[in-house]
Amino acid sequence: MKTHAPAPTDAPADPASGTLRLKSKDLLGIAGLDAGEITLILDTADAMREIGSRPIKKVPTLRGRTVVNLFFEPSTRTRTSFEIAEKRLSADTLSIATATSSVTKGETLVDTVRNLEAMAPDMIVMRHASSGAAHLLARICRSAIINAGDGMHEHPTQALLDAYTIRAHKGRLAGLNVAIVGDLLHSRVLRSNVALLKTMGADVCACAPSTLMPPGFDRFGVKATSSVDEAVEGADVVMLLRIQHERMDGHFFPTVREYFSLFGMTPARLRRARPDVIVMHPGPMNRGVEIDSAVADGPYSVILEQVSNGVAVRMAVLYLLAGSSEAE
Amino acid sequence: MPQVMDADRMSRALTRIGHEILERNRGAAELALVGIRTRGVPIARRLARILHEINGDHVPTGALDITLYRDDLMRNPVGPQPVVRRTEIPFSIDNRRILLVDDVLYTGRTTRAALDALIDFGRPRAIQLVVLVDRGHRELPIKADYVGKNLPTSSRQSIQVRLQEIDGVDEVLIEGES
Repeated sequence: MKTHAPAPTDAPADPASGTLRLKSKDLLGIAGLDAGEITLILDTADAMREIGSRPIKKVPTLRGRTVVNLFFEPSTRTRTSFEIAEKRLSADTLSIATATSSVTKGETLVDTVRNLEAMAPDMIVMRHASSGAAHLLARICRSAIINAGDGMHEHPTQALLDAYTIRAHKGRLAGLNVAIVGDLLHSRVLRSNVALLKTMGADVCACAPSTLMPPGFDRFGVKATSSVDEAVEGADVVMLLRIQHERMDGHFFPTVREYFSLFGMTPARLRRARPDVIVMHPGPMNRGVEIDSAVADGPYSVILEQVSNGVAVRMAVLYLLAGSSEAE
Repeated sequence: MPQVMDADRMSRALTRIGHEILERNRGAAELALVGIRTRGVPIARRLARILHEINGDHVPTGALDITLYRDDLMRNPVGPQPVVRRTEIPFSIDNRRILLVDDVLYTGRTTRAALDALIDFGRPRAIQLVVLVDRGHRELPIKADYVGKNLPTSSRQSIQVRLQEIDGVDEVLIEGES
């Protein structure tokens, strides 16, 4: 299998091959994607990235298709990224933020979505605070559902753009040492990334204070530690996750200052990693909590590249799912 | 499967096209080659080499993937999407004479898509179409400026262009009953 090969250049096209496709009409999570599907998305994103460097950053591919962005949780990066991706593919888009919608009048999620679907959109991109919300929609909707983050469960396009960024720097995913440090307990980014990195054959070491470590986490084939130095030692990739104050209803660590002194990524801690390490963060960053500004803005940081790559990866997902939509 | 063009004839056809290009454009200044993926790309590179051998000019060469511009995308509600490959045009096409290169000219729909794609990169002074084989059966008002070989076919037949760079051999084959 050509799982880790760079994007094909002049390889002969094989239109008869039925293997180059996504099996589901929806993208609900990384769980359920195989290595071939992940590689297809990353290779397609490689082709999509070039469109962003053209004088006219638009292709006519999704002309006449309607995409609804339904965000029940605040989001700047992900929503903007999806909107730009949709517009670059010429889809008609509308974005609904819940503060201005009927949700505030007491409508249930299912009713909101049934009403939206009565207007026949082709795809619905949804973020919701409840884990499994996207799966619920996928069962009742004919439109393709793209999960843009459901509670503490999955955020598949984030993991895909992280993988794309890693592959762009390292040329592969298999065999890499990836350290993930931060609020693991509340993180959907973590769950999607672990699923993706394990499927692609990377080694993951997850690090958090024991109060923020999901119980039974080692079942996923991940090394778990509460020592940052141990996690960072020899890492090819250091990924930092945000401390999610808004999801914390208990006391998980004494103070932000103490968290930073024990777990914050500083230039000194980073020196244990490999000399060509890259530092990633899905945003939004809490500077001086999980990451020192000297690292965030330093030479190893690829944090803004992750943001640019997000558009290409989302274009790839929209394109690949548009062919499978049943909303005809 | 009958062979209608071998390596020798292919090479002579491309050399002749090289001379025709220089004659018609009075030299290679302002020219650029853009090959349509997949097999237009190696043909464009060969033409660049031929133009260099004849004239000494280096003609910039790019690759165009037209998948996202196809008019048959999204027509079938269920089915795999065609694989998208990378477009690489590492030069400005503004005010250049673009030689668009493909292996086979058939319905003209690929060329139509390629014209739309090119216009998104800028405003060329002119676009000329180069094909190795013109097999007829046009469905759109499109005509090639340089043709390696005119090959009258029936629509039941299929034409296979094989190139050294991709298939390990230079030849054109015709398949099926006429």
